[in-house]
Amino acid sequence: MPVPQQPDLTALPSSSSAQRAAAVLVGSGTSGATVDDGQVLRRRLPLSFWISAVFLAIIVLAAVTADWLPFVDPVEDYDPQALAAGPSGEHLFGTTSNGNDVLSIVVQGARTSLIVGLFAVALGFFFGGLLGLVAGYFRGWFDTVISAVIDILLAFPALVLALAIVSFKGPSLTVVTITLGILAIPAVARVARAATLQYASREFVLAARTLGASHKRVIFREVLPNVVIPMAAVSLVAVAVVMVAESGLAFLGAGVPADTPSWGSLMKLGQGQLDKGAAHICLFPAAALFITVYSLNTIGDTLRQRFDVGRGVL
Amino acid sequence: MAGSGTAPLRDPDVALLRVEHLTVEFPAGRGRRVHAVSDVSFDVYPGETLGLVGESGCGKSTTGRAIMQISRPTGGSVKLAGREIVGTTGEALRQIRPEMQMIFQDPISSLNPRRRVGDIVAQPLEIWHRGDAEARTAKVRELLGAVGLDPDTAMGRRPHQFSGGQCQRISIARALALEPTLLICDEPVSALDVSVQAQILNLLEDMKARYGLTMIFIAHDLAVVKNVSDRVAVMYLGKLCEIAPPDELYRNPAHPYTRALLSAIPIPDPTVRPRRREGVAGEIPSPLAPPSGCRFRTRCPRTTSRCETEEPAMTAAGDGHFVACHHPVVEPAPVAG
Repeated sequence: MPVPQQPDLTALPSSSSAQRAAAVLVGSGTSGATVDDGQVLRRRLPLSFWISAVFLAIIVLAAVTADWLPFVDPVEDYDPQALAAGPSGEHLFGTTSNGNDVLSIVVQGARTSLIVGLFAVALGFFFGGLLGLVAGYFRGWFDTVISAVIDILLAFPALVLALAIVSFKGPSLTVVTITLGILAIPAVARVARAATLQYASREFVLAARTLGASHKRVIFREVLPNVVIPMAAVSLVAVAVVMVAESGLAFLGAGVPADTPSWGSLMKLGQGQLDKGAAHICLFPAAALFITVYSLNTIGDTLRQRFDVGRGVL
Repeated sequence: MAGSGTAPLRDPDVALLRVEHLTVEFPAGRGRRVHAVSDVSFDVYPGETLGLVGESGCGKSTTGRAIMQISRPTGGSVKLAGREIVGTTGEALRQIRPEMQMIFQDPISSLNPRRRVGDIVAQPLEIWHRGDAEARTAKVRELLGAVGLDPDTAMGRRPHQFSGGQCQRISIARALALEPTLLICDEPVSALDVSVQAQILNLLEDMKARYGLTMIFIAHDLAVVKNVSDRVAVMYLGKLCEIAPPDELYRNPAHPYTRALLSAIPIPDPTVRPRRREGVAGEIPSPLAPPSGCRFRTRCPRTTSRCETEEPAMTAAGDGHFVACHHPVVEPAPVAG
């Protein structure tokens, strides 16, 4: 009987198709590779990124090397000849109303801010990432509970919660860091969960399961490498937010102890001098905070866009 | 179409895969259920390729996933080399995994974008601790070569640096790394250009011969299925309609649905006048509430009151040819060829 005509897709001789295909593919090996690995990173980064990176590098470097730099001690040393004096050759950023050197306090304050910012976000990155991954991968009741807790924590006024914890536990660098770290957990967890949801439904996850990979292996070897990029981007922004929060707490007198130099407490000190011709006491720590936060946000955005391109290529 | 009944089943001692009364239902909320696969029975002999065709949503992919135990069957039995695998969980199921592998429709989504191709293909070997690092690398090179990729350039690259067809080759290499006996291909060429489709189909044929594979080939393209299959099973709304060797099925389709599908194949010849199609009217009914009796009756040109009340069982309609229809078509397909 007549057979329906149709494109005979396997009419080509199949015996040597692998070799034939190999020849085709080897020939097109270079053109088939559309994006070279290094190319993504080598592509020019915007000027704003480099300016931000330089600012950030200066602040980090100053904070790290503060002890070896020829700064006067921000607490012990004071200059009775220059109380609330403006910037001068001797005191580049001027002095406080107590005669302390503002530059010293700003540099030592950078150290406080960075320690709190980095450790708090590391805390949030680890626990938030873990919770988000597990919730997004397994779904079900665990996801429902975690998502509800995340929403509640994000809806709660963070600074009020931080104030409450710090006033209850007493101000110390550790308490401030852990408190802000706990507040960073839901922010990171939400991003990690959203990204996990996106990747856990991809077929490579299913393929790994059918190959016999354990859930643990799939989560950490297949899903995590994809989720860690948006997590890192949000974490850079989170460092900025935590630094602002740390300064805010110090400004309210509920941050790190009074003898620990901090941008927030310096701003509080300078607040009373703002209208008395000594605005520099407030302005220098504020500028340091502004530049740091702006740089972190810019770098975070640039990195996220850069890696989004990589995903777009897919 | 109904397709219940185990008439098409052959010798259980020979069959590599024996699927009996397979049923997959998903809860759809408010007490309703999606009847994705309902009482499907078929078997596959070692070295055979079973083509599974049907329109979108007919349950052919769900059948493949149910065999793999990715979508858990709600009923029925799946025996791999005589061993029941429905109901196995955890480590017992994991131990069965290497024997059956699956290739997915979307070649790009099947590969982790952040891992290198060498690692992707080595992954199954790592999971099962096969060989040392050196032996694994050698195996990966062999596999990549077998699927027609140059190991030297491919291993260090990431999936986005490859085309869809090349990604499907990588998926095939990964699936074959554990040397499975059963390979389920879930629309492996649907996402590819026609010219690339032919390459991948040839590759699958080569791999089948080289590694002694038994395959289930799921597709909606009848032309593709005809060329790769030893037997073709037609599905409609979660049921089997007809199962036969491809030549027999394409020459003497007995089920009205099969005839409609075949008449929908376009003839790539501008001198042939488009024939009158034996198309079917309407849309596929909702799997939430499939029709009573024969599930195809709402769209069937030959439907009678009997089809409403009584579900047709699979009956023999020729050598190795089984059809589930109260009013099978006996005359050959009216197509020029």
